[in-house]
Amino acid sequence: MIAPPPSGPVLYPPELSLKLLTDMLRIRRLEEKSAEMYGAGKIRGFLHLYIGEEAVATAAIHALAREDNVVATYREHGHALLRGVPMGAIMAEMYGKKEGCSRGRGGSMHLFDKAARLYGGNAIVGGGLPLAVGLALADRMQKIARVNACFFGDGAVAEGVFHESMNLAQLWRLPVAFFCENNLYAMGTALARYESQIDLCVKAASFGMAALKADGMDVVASHEAAKQACAHVRSGKGPIFVEFQTYRFRAHSMFDAELYREKSEVEEWKTRGPIHTFTARLKAQGDLTEEQFLAIDAAVMKEVGEAVQFAEAGTWEPVEDLAKDVYTLP
Amino acid sequence: MSVMSYREALRAGLHEALARDPRVFLMGEDVGKYGGTYAVSKGMLAEFGPERVRDAPLSELAFVGAGIGAALGGMRPIVEVMTVNFSLLALDQIVNSAALLRHMSGGQFSVPLVIRMTTGAGRQLAAQHSHSFEGWYAHIPGIKIVAPATVEDARGMLAAALDDPDPVIVAEHAQLFETKSEVDDGVKVDIASSKVRRSGGKVTLVTYGGSLPKALAAAEEVDGEVIDLRVLRPLDMGPVLDSIRKTRRAVVVDEGWRSGGLAAEVMARIAEGAFYDLDAPLARVCSEEVPIPYPKHLEEAALPQVPKIVAAARGLLG
Ligand SMILES: Cc1ncc(C[n+]2csc(CCOP(=O)(O)OP(=O)(O)O)c2C)c(N)n1
Ligand SMILES: [Mg+2]
Repeated sequence: MIAPPPSGPVLYPPELSLKLLTDMLRIRRLEEKSAEMYGAGKIRGFLHLYIGEEAVATAAIHALAREDNVVATYREHGHALLRGVPMGAIMAEMYGKKEGCSRGRGGSMHLFDKAARLYGGNAIVGGGLPLAVGLALADRMQKIARVNACFFGDGAVAEGVFHESMNLAQLWRLPVAFFCENNLYAMGTALARYESQIDLCVKAASFGMAALKADGMDVVASHEAAKQACAHVRSGKGPIFVEFQTYRFRAHSMFDAELYREKSEVEEWKTRGPIHTFTARLKAQGDLTEEQFLAIDAAVMKEVGEAVQFAEAGTWEPVEDLAKDVYTLP
Repeated sequence: MSVMSYREALRAGLHEALARDPRVFLMGEDVGKYGGTYAVSKGMLAEFGPERVRDAPLSELAFVGAGIGAALGGMRPIVEVMTVNFSLLALDQIVNSAALLRHMSGGQFSVPLVIRMTTGAGRQLAAQHSHSFEGWYAHIPGIKIVAPATVEDARGMLAAALDDPDPVIVAEHAQLFETKSEVDDGVKVDIASSKVRRSGGKVTLVTYGGSLPKALAAAEEVDGEVIDLRVLRPLDMGPVLDSIRKTRRAVVVDEGWRSGGLAAEVMARIAEGAFYDLDAPLARVCSEEVPIPYPKHLEEAALPQVPKIVAAARGLLG
């Protein structure tokens, strides 16, 4: 049995609430358009959509400052977007165009942006964790105060590198916020089918690391947890682990026939959808009207349309540049 | 000028690196309190403190990955992996992060990381402690592999590796640690070129790392010209091809296994670049294709040795 949908008053100033709503919607519409462009053959390879999980990245990234670092996974379009990577540069990257945020070299799974302090999109499950630990170590040694936010899925928790990285971070009290997006599945294998201990916070406790659990379908609860986590890291208390309990509404990737879960389970989780539940709460307390919502959505759709135009107008990197940046030129 | 051992040269290079640049730090298993598995970092914990001489847990994957992260974050880490054998546990971060990040990010993120590791067999440590995987690493675009074979290179290569903006693996051969020679105290070396270590007229012996002393000994018997590759990726074939144009014969000596090994790559490049200059087929002396055994006589039989190199060279001389 899943929990009831997020409800109750939202105690944020309307400006913040609308910002959170807008950003969740920006991710949703970008992902929907990406799926469409995948169908149209414009985007190829692997494409992992974040639909259903928008509250997590939105809540977490709104708790971060510009100068904080972010390490993410292959399901990172939303994270890149909210870190300030222009939607056009993201779409162009998925198209493989030179105007993409990684010159088109990486594609959907490898969005990088120096200005946004986004250290990738990583397609090795768990691969980003030690990078975040190292970035945090560099900060500590250079006396830079910063949160190093590391996003990863529940599946990464099963990897040895998770345990090694958690131990290092706690041993050296490094400023890392480990943001675990627990959507209950690693591809087609449910958490309970691959983990002996499904309470992920217990794993953090085994390292003596502080841990929090949050309803990842509720942007308010998630934002509160993320703020608390960042405050913990900023106060110099060392790393923290946050388990966001969420759910992916779409297939794992575009190649997934979803044989491993019941449609009814997906439908049940959709009643907890982060965008419509938040919208309803804001409307109920008079912080949002239907007209306002439609206006926000129209603005988002315009941004999405322009992103597609930008990607379409993009150019292909010349083949002569194939070997560029394998090494740094002197 | 002073006489020092390969080990002392590595230590002097490391000391200079830590003293010269506050961004440099050393991280690895037993580098601090223990003084380094091969005593290279002995005394440095006391001198530079635990932040910069950082003992790491047995977590090769995480601390190599953390080295990559720290390099991205503005530091100049030297990560010591005890031996090449254990670097297998860190392979994912070396291959999938360090080597790829710059290209995959469209040139935004370089990884100025140095990974030191000892390599090689010859001390009766049995199969799991006797690998020579530097040739594997040389397969991978995005990283550089250097193999100091002389005391001078042991002294100077670390500084050159730290000056390089990309990841560099330094493969230090365990059999070389006691070799001694005179070196300039402030010697500077490059990590771009291969070098002639002995001039000779009849046959070119191409080698690197722990096999260099063996090739030099063999060269005495066959009037060999010995080329030390020094850098295994990217390979500098110029001096090799120049030498072959003179000797018209070549033997490649490599402690790695024969099949799919670095020697095969070097031979292919010789065939591509100097085929019509050759008077004899190319030859190679590699490790036998067996796990390196423990007993002394079997270990010796498994590795390249001077008589095998001499025999291979004589085979070409006809
Ligand atoms: C080391 C590694 N093993 C396997 C895979 C193939 N793979 C890609 S995503 C995935 C599932 C990961 O699940 P999770 O970490 O929960 O993230 P989610 O996709 O649910 O966001 C797997 C097995 C991989 N990319 N990397
Ligand atoms: Mg998952």
